[in-house]
Order: sequence, then structure tokens, then C-alpha cells
Amino acid sequence: MYNSGKIIIGIIIFLGLIAYPFWRNAGKAATPPKLEVGTQEKQCVEPTPYMKSSHMQLLDQWRNDVVRDGKRIYVNSTGKAFNMSLQNTCTNCHSKKTQFCDRCHTYVDAAPKCWDCHIEPKEQEQQAARSDK
Amino acid sequence: MLEKALTGNRSYFGWIAFLLILLGIGFQFYLRQLSYGLGITGMSRDISWGIYIGQFTFLVGVAASAVMLVLPYYLHNYKIFGKITILGEFLAVASVAMCLTFIIVDLGQPSRAFNVLLYPTPNSVLFWDMVVLNGYLFLNIIIGWTILGAERKGAPPPKWVKPLIYLSIPWAVSIHTVTAFLYAGLPGRGFWLTAIMAPRFLGSAFASGPSLLILFCLFLRKYTKFDAGWEAIQTLSKIVTYAMIISVFFVLCELFTVFYSQIPDHMYHFTYLFVGFHGHSGLVPWMWLCIVLAAVALTILINPKTRNNETTLPIACVCVFFSLWIEKGITLVLTGYIPSPLETITEYSPTVPEMGITLGVWAMGFLILTILYKIAITVKEDEAADAH
Amino acid sequence: MDSTRRSFLKIAGLSVLGLGAKPVADVIAQGGQPKIMPDPKAIVGKRWAMIVDQKKCLNAKEGCKDCVVACHTVHNVPDFGNPKDEVKWIWQTSFDHAFPGAENDYIQDYVKDSLRGLPFVVLCNHCDNPPCVRVCPVQATFRRPDGIVMMDYHRCIGCRFCMAACPYGARSLNWRDPRPFIKTPINRDYPTRTRGVVEKCNFCDERLAKGLIPACVEACKDKALIFGDLEDTNSEVRGVLRKNPTIQRKPHLGTRPEVYYIL
Repeated sequence: MYNSGKIIIGIIIFLGLIAYPFWRNAGKAATPPKLEVGTQEKQCVEPTPYMKSSHMQLLDQWRNDVVRDGKRIYVNSTGKAFNMSLQNTCTNCHSKKTQFCDRCHTYVDAAPKCWDCHIEPKEQEQQAARSDK
Repeated sequence: MLEKALTGNRSYFGWIAFLLILLGIGFQFYLRQLSYGLGITGMSRDISWGIYIGQFTFLVGVAASAVMLVLPYYLHNYKIFGKITILGEFLAVASVAMCLTFIIVDLGQPSRAFNVLLYPTPNSVLFWDMVVLNGYLFLNIIIGWTILGAERKGAPPPKWVKPLIYLSIPWAVSIHTVTAFLYAGLPGRGFWLTAIMAPRFLGSAFASGPSLLILFCLFLRKYTKFDAGWEAIQTLSKIVTYAMIISVFFVLCELFTVFYSQIPDHMYHFTYLFVGFHGHSGLVPWMWLCIVLAAVALTILINPKTRNNETTLPIACVCVFFSLWIEKGITLVLTGYIPSPLETITEYSPTVPEMGITLGVWAMGFLILTILYKIAITVKEDEAADAH
Repeated sequence: MDSTRRSFLKIAGLSVLGLGAKPVADVIAQGGQPKIMPDPKAIVGKRWAMIVDQKKCLNAKEGCKDCVVACHTVHNVPDFGNPKDEVKWIWQTSFDHAFPGAENDYIQDYVKDSLRGLPFVVLCNHCDNPPCVRVCPVQATFRRPDGIVMMDYHRCIGCRFCMAACPYGARSLNWRDPRPFIKTPINRDYPTRTRGVVEKCNFCDERLAKGLIPACVEACKDKALIFGDLEDTNSEVRGVLRKNPTIQRKPHLGTRPEVYYIL
């Protein structure tokens, strides 16, 4: 290879720059934030593991059902009925938006645009809080 | 072949730098538009499409003009156009790129632009516009690049290009037919509801595009070693002449239908445009400028002595281009909204950010055009040099 | 292919199948599947229509705008304070703007004298053959089976083709962020919109779904707005239409509007 010295040094510098985020945070654990669920209710619309992984899919399905199909009642897998509404159902329980929704979204760098239109819950209307582990 | 755009003289790089500056300014204004909303433009509830869509409308016509070179050369073996079909195809690429960019900057929610692909809606003309514009863009990129690449290697182009070339001919007609259909199918907009909207688009396309091509050919003749050939330029000028006559004739037909039938709500739009209506006359000077430019253009073009003259021909071409730019790019879109469906009048004038963004998109188009033309010209110059 | 490679592929294929088995088993194990259904309290109709009885407005107070205020309050419609950015779902205008082309020289006499020059209420006509739905490239505006022409604000790309297509000027784009300009107390039951989407009257579909009549109809104390199901021969709208001649806005365009006016 011609100029092999310069090229190999260049590759090493390049790899170093590319891997910067990894070696800068090496050894530090980025702990997930503590979330204030905001309610005493034991269970959400669906079981917690499902909500953790797929609440956005559920909300997407809800918005199509409500807006496009005109159906507003959701009967979950245990038979309980809910009104399909982010700002009228979900935030009735999860009223501490900054301590619940925003904390996790900031942590994973998700910026949902829902709140551009859907009205955020009033922070004063907090029910008794329960912290999530 | 892209590396051929990276070499050039001082004026070449000066021009590129100038375009990049305009592009940067336009981009800054666009960021402001993204954060403020489309309200930063002069558009309003009554005039919901402004110069962004106007420029797109005009450029669709310019893009289709490639077919004016491709059709005679590939379908009818008109060898004279052989050297310049690539210029037409690359002009089409730059124009369609500008069209698509103008549409994107005009969207209220551009991050959702892919919804048009995710939720295809065959009954919407805008869906088909997206299909035909993107198709035409890719067709011309592939055709132009492949043929130029083959020319550079001194070999005949691969056989699969031929069917694509033949496809591009009706496809060119489709892009401005579909764009005309955006306007011509709306029951509430009498100014646009005319069967000759698509023919009008064709007429102005075949006048504005080739006139721009003539100007490019004359420029390239003067400043590069590429000579399109006087006969090719002559044929193009004849095409521009007839297309311009037809375009003017179409407008006269519209005027007759509207004013002889005396239907009030059809007449109001034309009255506003030509003399003003109820004290509002914002577009009147533009329309008369368009008419004067068209008259000057036709005077030069119809007389063969002035049409064949290397000084007066470019003047005519500039007049044709700007006359049709005013007609399709400004008056067509805005007059559709004046008066409104409730017969109220709201006028429109573009704001500074809006003009900045428009200029930025034009700069982007010219940048693409410059790069592509530089490549094409360099390939052809090298080829001509090798031949000696 | 030699036997070791073939057996590797066999084992790999089986493993993939095995990996896929768990999620399937999970879903089956869930027991009940979620069900989606309409609210039992909802008012259901087959073809919604509205009648505007102008003569009833004669009984109204001076400068009455109750229907407009009610609609714009319930739906968090912003007030930008200038006609350029204006967003309106329902508004009042003169006869010759509401019915351009329908005027004759002496209808203005009738409007001025017998109707005391009162303005006409105009709104989206929820056409049976809506040009706006025909042109929307993403089906953000669509016609429900019960006749309501709906807006899906999640999907709208803000291309404004629908605004060009509407022959009644019923649609408004949010040219800027509307939130700072909502001058009425926010209705927390209904969202706002964001910049770049088009909005218009939705015949209060969110209220119908809860068993309530449209806000404008409820707010009109003089009962000038009548709302009902045209397919129900016993409905109030059918009764009123049988007894009163009505006109519509631009019927010759074939849009088949569902708002009727009694002069």
C-alpha cells in the first residue's frame, strides 16, 4: 500500500473519533429515571410490560379507531372498558406529565408530537402519587 | 463523471459560490418558516396557494420541454438535435427537482410528506402528480447519465435505454397534463375550470422550455467550446414561435368564452386580472407586462430576419420566458382565488422570507443545472478534442 | 451441498421456528382480545344534515353570534385577529356572499326588509359528493358513512388542495401555532390543532359520540339551527323540509350539500 503510514494513522484517528461516545461514557451506567406514575390505580389500560413496550402502537391504533372509524370505547383484554382518549383517559391517571411521560422520553430521546395538539394535564390536578421502582 | 464538475475556471466557481450563498439564505428563511409556520408567507385563508405553487406550475412546463428535443431526435431521426438532447434532459432534471422542492417548502407539515406514499389515494390528482414528477425525474437522470456515460466511453448506449427514452415522451406530456388537472377539476374555481387548461400548459411549456434552451445554447457557444449548431437553434426558435402563438391564441379563446357568454362569476376573475375589480388591481401591472413581453417576443419571432439574428433572438427568448413566467408562475395561481368562492376579494403579495425561499430553490435548481451541464459540456469537449 | 451445511441449515430453520413460537403462545395465552366499539350513548344517524332557518334569527338579540362563539369555544378555535391567518369553522356573512350568483335584483329588498338585513350563517356543508375528499392525497379528509366530512389532523400534510377544492370557502389552515391565540377558555375535552394542518366544522362528531347535539345547535336559543338525520323520515329535519322551501349554496356544482337554508 502506498503511504501506508499516513493511512493507518488516519484510520486510527477516524475510529477514535467515531467511537468517542462509547469510550467517553465507558464505565458509567446511565440509569433509567424514576417515574412518578401519578395514580394509585394498580393497572393501566393494558398490563404494564405491554404498556412499557407498546404504548405508542396502542395510541396509534386508538387514534385511527376514534378519528377514522368513530369508535371510542376500548374493552381491554380483561374486559374493562375505557374511553380511547390521550387527554381525557390516559392523563386522568398519569397527570404528572413532566415526572412520568417526559422523564422517560427525554432519557430515550423520543420527542412525541402528541402534545402539539393534545392538551397537557394540569400539574395541579395531581392525585395521590405512587413512585415506580 | 461527477468529477468533471469539480474543475473549472474562476467564473465557474464564482457562479457556484454565488448560487450556494443564495441557497444558504433561502435555507435560513426556510428554517424560520418551519418554526413560525406558513403564515410567514403572504398566503392567507382566501389565497391558500401563492408563489411556491406558482413557481412549481411554471417549472413543470419547463421540465417537459426536454421532449421537444427527444421526440424529433429519437422518434423521427432529426439528427440536428443529436448534440443537445442531453441539455434538454438535464434541464428537465433540474426543473423537476425544483418542482418537487417547491412542493415540499409549500407543505404545512413537511415531516408528513411520506404520507402520500403510505396512503396512496388514486382519486387524488396530487397523488398522481407525485408519481409522474418523481418518475420523470428518475427517467431523465437515468437516460441522461447513461447516454452521456456511453458517449464518454465512445461506445453506443446500452439497448435498455431506448424503451426508457420512448417512455419519457408520453411521460413528459403527462407531467404537465396531471399538473393542469390539479387546477382544471375543481368545481369551485371558475378561473381554472376550463377544458383547455392542459393544452395551455403544453403550449406554454413548449415555448418557455425551448426558449431557455436557446439561451443556454447561445451562452455555451460563446463561453465554451460547445456549439449546438446554428440549425438546431433555428429549429428550436421555430418551435418557440409556434408554441408562443398557440399559447396566446389559447388565452384569447378563454377571453372570448368568458366575455361573450357574460357569466358574471367567470368574468370577475379575468376582469380582476386585466383591469382590476372593485378597486383591487394588484395583478393588473403584471398581466400587462406579460402581454407586452409576449407582443415583443412574437414581433421578433414571427419575422424570420429577426428570428435568425443572433442579437434579437435572445431578446425574444428572454421575453418569452418572462412572459410565461408571469402568466403561469404568478397570474394563473393567484387569480383562481380572486374573487374567493364567497365573492370577496383578498389580495396577495409575497413576503421577504417567501421570496428568499423562492430564490433559494431557484438557486438550487441552477446549481444542479450548472453541475450537470458542466459535466455534459466537458464530456463533449473532450470527445470533440479526441476526435481531432 | 455437503451434509454438515445442510444439517446446520435444518437446525437453524427449526430454531427460528422455535423462537417464533413463544410470542405466538404469549398472544394466545393473553385470553381475551381487546375489542373496539362505539360509545353506547352516541347519537347515531345515517345522513346528518342541518337546516338554517333565517327567520328564527329575527327573534334573536342584537348582533347575536351565539352559534359562532359556542362552536369556536368548544373546539378551541384560535382568534388571530387578522383576516390573513383567520381560522373559522362557522361564521356570518351577507346574502350575496353566502349565495353568490343566486341574487336577483329584488332579493336584496327581501333580505333588507323582511329579514332586517340579518347575516347568514355559513359553515362546511358536509357534502354528499365532496370535492375536498376527492382531492386529498392522503385521505386526511374523508366522508364518514353517516355523511360527516371529517378531518384527521394526524394525517394532514398541509398541502391545502382541499382549500382550493372547496367551493364554499369552509376550510382554514393554521398558518401559525394556534395555541397562543385561543382567546376563549380552553375546553380540556377537545384537543387544539397545530400549525400546518387544515381544519373545519366537523358537525361536532365528538359530541354526537357522547350523545350531545352539535354545540351551535345547542347554543341557539331561538332554535334557528335544526340538526338531524335525513334518513329518519320522522326526524325534525325531514318534517321541516317537508313544510318549508329551502335553498342551498351552489347546488349546481353537484356537491350535494347537506346544509339547507330557509329564507
